[in-house]
Amino acid sequence: MDRMPAWADAILVPLISLLLAALLSAVVILAIGENPVEALNLMVAGALGSTYGWGYTLYYATNFIFTGLCVAIAFHARLFNIGGEGQALLGGLGVAVILLYVPWPHWTIALIAATLSAGAFGAAWAAIPAYLQAKRGSHIVITTIMFNFIASALLNWALVGPMKAPGQEPATPSFAASTHLPTLSDVFGLVGIQWSSAAPANVSFFVAIAACVALWLLIWRTKLGYEIRAFGQSEPAARYAGISPVKIIMVTMLISGALAGCMAINNVQGEAERLVLNAAEGAGFIGIAVALMGRSHPLGVFLAAILFGFLYQGGAELALWMNIQRELVVVIQALVILFTGALDNMIRMPLESLFLANRRRRERRGGGGGPKPDRKSTTAEGAR
Amino acid sequence: MDLNTVLLVLDSTVRLATPLLLACLAGLFSERAGILDIGLEGKMLAAAFFSAAVSAVTGQVLLGLGAGIAISVALSAVHGLASITFRGNQLISGVAINFLAQGLTVVIAQDWFAQGGRTPQLEGSGRWDSLTLPLAETLRDVPVLGPIYYELISGHSILVYIGFLFVPLTWWILFRTRFGLRLRAVGENPAAVDTAGVSVIGMRFAAVAIAGLLCGIAGSYLATALQAGFTKDMTAGRGYIALAALIFAKWRPWYALMSCLLFGFLQAVGIRFQNIDLGVFEVPVQFMDALPYILTVIILAGFVGKAIPPRAGGQPYVKER
Repeated sequence: MDRMPAWADAILVPLISLLLAALLSAVVILAIGENPVEALNLMVAGALGSTYGWGYTLYYATNFIFTGLCVAIAFHARLFNIGGEGQALLGGLGVAVILLYVPWPHWTIALIAATLSAGAFGAAWAAIPAYLQAKRGSHIVITTIMFNFIASALLNWALVGPMKAPGQEPATPSFAASTHLPTLSDVFGLVGIQWSSAAPANVSFFVAIAACVALWLLIWRTKLGYEIRAFGQSEPAARYAGISPVKIIMVTMLISGALAGCMAINNVQGEAERLVLNAAEGAGFIGIAVALMGRSHPLGVFLAAILFGFLYQGGAELALWMNIQRELVVVIQALVILFTGALDNMIRMPLESLFLANRRRRERRGGGGGPKPDRKSTTAEGAR
Repeated sequence: MDLNTVLLVLDSTVRLATPLLLACLAGLFSERAGILDIGLEGKMLAAAFFSAAVSAVTGQVLLGLGAGIAISVALSAVHGLASITFRGNQLISGVAINFLAQGLTVVIAQDWFAQGGRTPQLEGSGRWDSLTLPLAETLRDVPVLGPIYYELISGHSILVYIGFLFVPLTWWILFRTRFGLRLRAVGENPAAVDTAGVSVIGMRFAAVAIAGLLCGIAGSYLATALQAGFTKDMTAGRGYIALAALIFAKWRPWYALMSCLLFGFLQAVGIRFQNIDLGVFEVPVQFMDALPYILTVIILAGFVGKAIPPRAGGQPYVKER
């Protein structure tokens, strides 16, 4: 079958999906008697109109980059990791354990240690579903969902029990001041850029960018990445080429879980500076939307994460200034998942036939002299 | 522990098992036809909201039930459109439906009732009464059996009895009717069904619609019988527990009843006792919360009897061209 050009697949399809999602969201806003244009203006002003807004947008985006990459790498191996939420919660536990019980002299060392610990905890939480999928054939979607609930119960227990700080709140004590991460205002202050110091975006944003680059290198520039992609494209073919499915499933899920876990350096170490209940706040699930929207490409994930960061911060502003609940963002998120993920073919099919019709017309006009390429040769070319 | 406490826990087991059971049977119909349904949670949640909202406005609980079923079936239709017609990823579609319900219910609730994402408290005819079965009062004084009949069997809302009746009904439909045979065949080998001249698409849409109906009842039950009104995220993961129960039951109706009663019992015990002191150590309530999920993982791992799902589950059917 003929394909449409790569740029249309990578840019046009997600853009149309996004547009449809935005349109439907506007309908929802209209239906509850508010003005969608006013809402959009408010969101843009609130999320992008000041360094304070940007500080929040980038803070949320950092979370979503990690969870988006988590889902994206699993997608490359055709695994659906819904467990990002639980893995991120466990990552928070990893950060809390290493920062509470070890005295760290400087934030740089603390950040490295926290990243390793968060990654290890997240990976460990993904390891069990991965092992069960690889060795026992248990459906990884179901097991990762179950592990989300088990993680949340585990953290509830830890935060009202052994790790609880004195007082009413189910949370750990605050981490030592030496482990606090510099915010973007500290960073930009060094080069003389004024930046709001009230917003929570911090240096882990740069760690997230590094993770994007590292993941791109891994997927497209290493043997392991090739094996992961080959396995995702066709398991029998990968197996025939000597790639071990067990190894690929395990390694991919460990990386995936570690990425979700690493989110905790942003929200736990960077923002809250202690571990609170439900610290991940659904970011693990937004990772699904981000990965789908970003077509599982690290650059796409980065852009989609910024978009969702904008939606989250903008959504908070809406709740503040208009009679629109913050949950509107969840609706938009749902629509994005629906259109870019499940209804992909609805957008792709007509678009594809449009491109095909266009190409055929051009061929007819251009190749008037020579023999017209018959259908057989084009299918052979497409099947290559 | 005296008989009364036991009865109270068992009574609340029945109440808590009912929504699980209805959602579990919904998943059973859908997955037996080869359509995975992660969206049970969202459909229940949307049904809970719309039934509570309509009940609150009209004061008619039956209208509420109708509204709940309608919205749930509508979401099923979206799921069908995405996963059957456009052959999209069924899991992703389910996830989307869950978020759609989670977001829309709160946004609309705030718009309609302005109570921070909840509906007004339901009372009187806006809520299902509990039925007192015949002779329950007279037999109440009979030792042991009397209280069991009065507390445990009698005194639930009609939706509870409907839910339990759906178990034999589901069994009968799936294993004793032509429709059921075709439905199961569509989940195992759709090509064979297609060859026999039965529409795979039609069968799958029918299964998804039944799932919508059952989730609608489940959601209505939550908001208009178990509780009196809708609160934000009130399904609280029940859709996922139902999914777990479905796997636990290995996609069979009678086993579904057992697993839902078991998970309902775990919930009831968790609510009643909080931390359980076993003498040697204390079982924290969080462990009870997590137990259904842990059990499901163990079952899925195949250490205690392997759970084999319908063979064509999750795969869109492409007719040969």
